[in-house]
Amino acid sequence: MVTSKYMPLDGANAVSQAMRQINPNVVAAYPITPQTAVVQNFSEYVADGIVDTEFVPVESEHAAMSACIGASAAGARVMTATAANGLALMWEMLYIAAGMRLPIVLTVVNRALSSPLNIHCDHSDSMGARDAGWLHFYAETGQEAYDNTIKAIKIAEHADVLLPVMSCQDGFITGHGVERVGLLPDEAVKEFVGGYDPKYALLDTDHPVTMGAWDFTDYYFEHKRQQSEVLNSCLPIVEAVSKEYEQLSGRDQAILDCYGMDDADVAIVVLSSQAGTTRSVVRELRAKGVKAGVVKPRLFRPFPATQLVDAIKNCKAVAVMDRAISFGAMGGCGPLFLDLTSALFNLGVQLPVVNYIYGLGGRDTMPSDIASAFADLQEIAATGTRGELVRYLGLRD
Amino acid sequence: MSQMMEIRWHGRAGQGVVTAGELLAEASLEQGNYFQAFPEYGSERMGAPIKSYNRISDEPVEVHSPVLEPDMVIIVNPNLIGVVDLTEGLKSDGYILMNTPQTPAEIRQRLGYSTGQVWCVDASRIAMEEFKRDIPSTMMIGVVCRATGIVNLDTVVHLTRERLGGKLRPEVVEANVRTLQRAYDEAVQG
Repeated sequence: MVTSKYMPLDGANAVSQAMRQINPNVVAAYPITPQTAVVQNFSEYVADGIVDTEFVPVESEHAAMSACIGASAAGARVMTATAANGLALMWEMLYIAAGMRLPIVLTVVNRALSSPLNIHCDHSDSMGARDAGWLHFYAETGQEAYDNTIKAIKIAEHADVLLPVMSCQDGFITGHGVERVGLLPDEAVKEFVGGYDPKYALLDTDHPVTMGAWDFTDYYFEHKRQQSEVLNSCLPIVEAVSKEYEQLSGRDQAILDCYGMDDADVAIVVLSSQAGTTRSVVRELRAKGVKAGVVKPRLFRPFPATQLVDAIKNCKAVAVMDRAISFGAMGGCGPLFLDLTSALFNLGVQLPVVNYIYGLGGRDTMPSDIASAFADLQEIAATGTRGELVRYLGLRD
Repeated sequence: MSQMMEIRWHGRAGQGVVTAGELLAEASLEQGNYFQAFPEYGSERMGAPIKSYNRISDEPVEVHSPVLEPDMVIIVNPNLIGVVDLTEGLKSDGYILMNTPQTPAEIRQRLGYSTGQVWCVDASRIAMEEFKRDIPSTMMIGVVCRATGIVNLDTVVHLTRERLGGKLRPEVVEANVRTLQRAYDEAVQG
């Protein structure tokens, strides 16, 4: 284990620091609130010669991801960052990056999608991209955003993965919130991510390859099956890299961050910063004798279905909190709820699960809101009656 | 410290309120504590009333929501009285730290706060004397040191020299240090 140097950093700056230590070959990016600080800080490192990255200031996010794809196909280690409508503008290229098996690492500082126009946090941007074939990490704190960025490089570039990774954190809440962040020594990060020796590179002219080829009814289907299987089978690699990083940093990196789950009767499953608020409420409830728990998946794609079901299967009632709506899905529920209930059904576990949509457009979710959700769960556990499937937290009537 | 201290800053955009909150956070780090510093983002324009928050604790801060019931309110701009509800949610045994030429008794009356502690310092006058500019935010940390001891003045002075040393002329750095010390010394409780 190495000793981290602790600094007061906002989540965006924590990611720029990770990028500085990784020193990627190419960064192509376009600014958008609340991601701007990530690239702004990093471009200063470029200008000051602290990194030797080729920085491409492009004219749009579509161009940013396009340039990343070109550079990655050429054999470079590539990173970028965006948020909200910027991610939406990358849409076409997200699928292409994944289909071409390019290990690009993209930081998303989560922000609500328009319309109406809103710059604050929710997960509608990255959740909308959940079927694009990327791995998705979600960070509770600036510390986790830093840690996930470094792990993401190693996971993406693993010879048995070769897929792009999206590393998400909550806009403003952690993105602009200054907290205590421990940075590993530069050398330790350099050694951990290692040099990048691409398996296939367009610039490796001794071993010519075709990328992004024509692929009709003959093989497209087979290639998509391969792509799907590699994403679905890379969980052990994510776990192994996380373990290695945990040993290096001394910070817990489990796919599921569980608190109180050994004997929880009622539990909440939630991503990102809201997991911290939920944990603080669980501590209070536990002090009063309520067997409450919280599960925070650090990874959303590939979906850790078996682990999640194992974590909650002995609960009497569970709530899934979603910071995005899957419009038109059953009851207007959220994506995490959809995936988790599907996992429960398919693994033969039956228990009452409700969905809370919360925090859209940066609406604050207070500890009292979480406490009210736990009160609902206790009621469900006591009566065995689930009641309404999809509910809202912190919404005005 | 066994409990978390929650602080709400009130000022006007452009006064360095957010920077002051970050400096306070950094001082807490130097003393081995955990912290958060986060502004409330609205549609910002120079001179608009803004709020910024700190949490300081000897244990990791897990909660990620706004501070609704602060232990301390720091008012950087006296002309916010009557514009913003400055004591909203403030605990009855809390602190008000205010940049004002008025006395704590007068401020208590104007804010309707009869319990807890009220500390006043004429930070704008000190700033005008030392910088010839009304930039009072960071020196309010001197009053935080005096009123609570959650951070030490020595730590803040050390950090100020370290942060500003590379960027500003030595006499400006020392003027910053002096304002912190003066705010610490000249603050009055009542």
